Amino acid sequence: MKTDIVLSGVGGQGILSIATVLGEAAIKEGLYIKQAEVHGMSQRGGDVQSNLRISSEPIMSDLIPLGKADLIISLEPMEALRYLPYLSKEGWIITNSAPFVNIGNYPELEKLLDAVKAVKNHVLIDVDTLAKEVASPRASNIVLLGAAAPFVGIETDKLEEGIRRIFGRKGEQIVEMNLKAFRAGLEYALKSK
Amino acid sequence: MKDKLLLLGDEAIAQGALDAGLSGVYAYPGTPSTEITEYIQGSSEAKERKVHCQWSSNEKTAMEAALGMSYVGKRSMVCMKHVGMNVAADAFVNAAMSGVNGGLVVVAADDPSMHSSQNEQDSRFYGKFAMIPVFEPSTQQEAYDLIKRAFDVSERFKVPVLFRMVTRLAHSRAVVTLSEAREENKLSYPTNPRQWVLMPLVAKVRYKELIAQQEDFLKDSESLEVNKYIDGTDKSMGIIACGIAYNYLMENYRGKLNYPVLKVSQYPLPKKQIAKMVAECESILVLEDGQPIVEEALRGLLDNGIKVKGRMSGELPRTGELTPDCIVEALGLTPAEVYPASELVVPRPPALCMGCGHRDMYAALNEVVREYENAKVFSDIGCYTLGFLAPFHAIHSVIDMGASITMAKGAADAGQFPSIAVIGDSTFTHSGMTGLLDAVNEKSNITVIISDNLTTGMTGGQDSAGTGKFEQICQGIGVEPEHIRVVVPLPKNMEEMKNIIREEINYNGVSVIIPRRECIQTARRHAKK
Repeated sequence: MKTDIVLSGVGGQGILSIATVLGEAAIKEGLYIKQAEVHGMSQRGGDVQSNLRISSEPIMSDLIPLGKADLIISLEPMEALRYLPYLSKEGWIITNSAPFVNIGNYPELEKLLDAVKAVKNHVLIDVDTLAKEVASPRASNIVLLGAAAPFVGIETDKLEEGIRRIFGRKGEQIVEMNLKAFRAGLEYALKSK
Repeated sequence: MKDKLLLLGDEAIAQGALDAGLSGVYAYPGTPSTEITEYIQGSSEAKERKVHCQWSSNEKTAMEAALGMSYVGKRSMVCMKHVGMNVAADAFVNAAMSGVNGGLVVVAADDPSMHSSQNEQDSRFYGKFAMIPVFEPSTQQEAYDLIKRAFDVSERFKVPVLFRMVTRLAHSRAVVTLSEAREENKLSYPTNPRQWVLMPLVAKVRYKELIAQQEDFLKDSESLEVNKYIDGTDKSMGIIACGIAYNYLMENYRGKLNYPVLKVSQYPLPKKQIAKMVAECESILVLEDGQPIVEEALRGLLDNGIKVKGRMSGELPRTGELTPDCIVEALGLTPAEVYPASELVVPRPPALCMGCGHRDMYAALNEVVREYENAKVFSDIGCYTLGFLAPFHAIHSVIDMGASITMAKGAADAGQFPSIAVIGDSTFTHSGMTGLLDAVNEKSNITVIISDNLTTGMTGGQDSAGTGKFEQICQGIGVEPEHIRVVVPLPKNMEEMKNIIREEINYNGVSVIIPRRECIQTARRHAKK
């Protein structure tokens, strides 16, 4: 198997937690991973991305080549579109539909969402609202992970185990909250797939 | 059993150094090198062994302390970002002249594409300049393995060695398989104590010895273990791939590559392998991240040998980091058909956090400087550099660590008024203090704002060397106590801040204003604990 994932969002939104759970589950499955992150200046409210590559074969490049990403998983709709040239023609965009507006010239939301819908394979999900409903606003990144779960090539129960392991040391309550968030996202994606 | 770990490239270096018998790491934080030292600070094994890992005031003090540790026989490592090499350069170059006792590895993390830096300088030049071996890994596993070799080479030849990283490898994770750890060195003094005294009579001898060692360094890097030659049937082009460039090359071929390839991970460049490639190939493509140092060497001044392709000849972009994409055409492959970039997407530049004290400092400063016709604000390296962007547009220069104070002084010397410096607390102790002494000694008419957030913020909140000492430091340097003004940068103190700034601008001499409030990121972390 091979799944190349561009994770994107705005600094501070928590894309790295998504990567951590996916990476943990992949390694447990005996798969190879490479995960390139952005540290430093751009973390301060700027656009951030991480390239996560999962494969049953050894991985060469830390960066995903143009047109080769199987998934764009984004916590922000404009940030999902920023990496469109990396998406393969058969790839999926799974993105939060709620914008993060911290710049004056943020584009019109309707147009952004239309551009996402113009990609054949997409899941648009308001993870902020869903997270608030089922768990906690802090779990919105895990709702998004749930929405991406059917597409990553790792069984969902293995991902749930990953969540248990990653959040385990923060206590059972935090684990349960994140599992709820994960399942809410998953359910939404399966309905709209 | 800790046989396999998921590690950043930086962390692989740290674990590799610990397993190679490291006794101390010395460093000043700088992207993309910070995580090396942080990993050792967080390692229980390092704590048990009492491996030194506290931050240094700057890269030069770090380099010198590491050399001192090496003098008494222990293995030490210095870590910095590429521009830190400029700060450490005096000690670095002369450490090659003195030689070392315990193994000494200098890690320089380059930042091609300037993700978090002010230039793209390539540290391999420093290795060549100091005439010492340079290592350049392509993967996290290689980073782990090569560090041990770097210590071995350093101890075998009794010279410091340079270990070059690039951002992409420093900040990318993969699983690393660990090997057997070895003991630290015991204390032992140099066999030839004379060579550590670089007076001309000694240095002249040492320089000849270092030159004589170049043959040994070359022979070592001609080992196929580190500079592998992969035969190929298509001799129309040979490819030299340095460090991480090898990954991008192989990404495009996945085992179906027919060109001969030289994979470089140790310098000086292996003459034997390159001679073989020149003899059997019609042209050579050089893939290297950073500046075209290998390409330039192959080309020579006259460029009348074999046809060389690379950044200088235009087959590859002249600037910026390599990617799997930007080498496609140079390899004669066809670029993939992709979705066009969305025209809706606009840049989202980084900004100071909401609630950050630097914001309040700039808000007050901006209002006061508007009262003057031509105020100039010289700034420095740190989070507050973001004061250049919207909404503040508050600063007129950012050059290097510490340059705010000295540039303000030079401008004031020439008649500039008001001449204002904005510098962070950590940058001040890194390189601002000496410049402040220059200004005090001449009673320069400058106003220095030390925006103190009690941490080294931009790199993620490391300890700042001067925390709790700034008033004393400034007084000790000779700033008059009544012109050292401390204020809490909060919106409710706006009038007080403005008054202080105005008063001190109008004082004809050196004043220091210290707006002090903890970084909100570290404050949040402390609150959780």
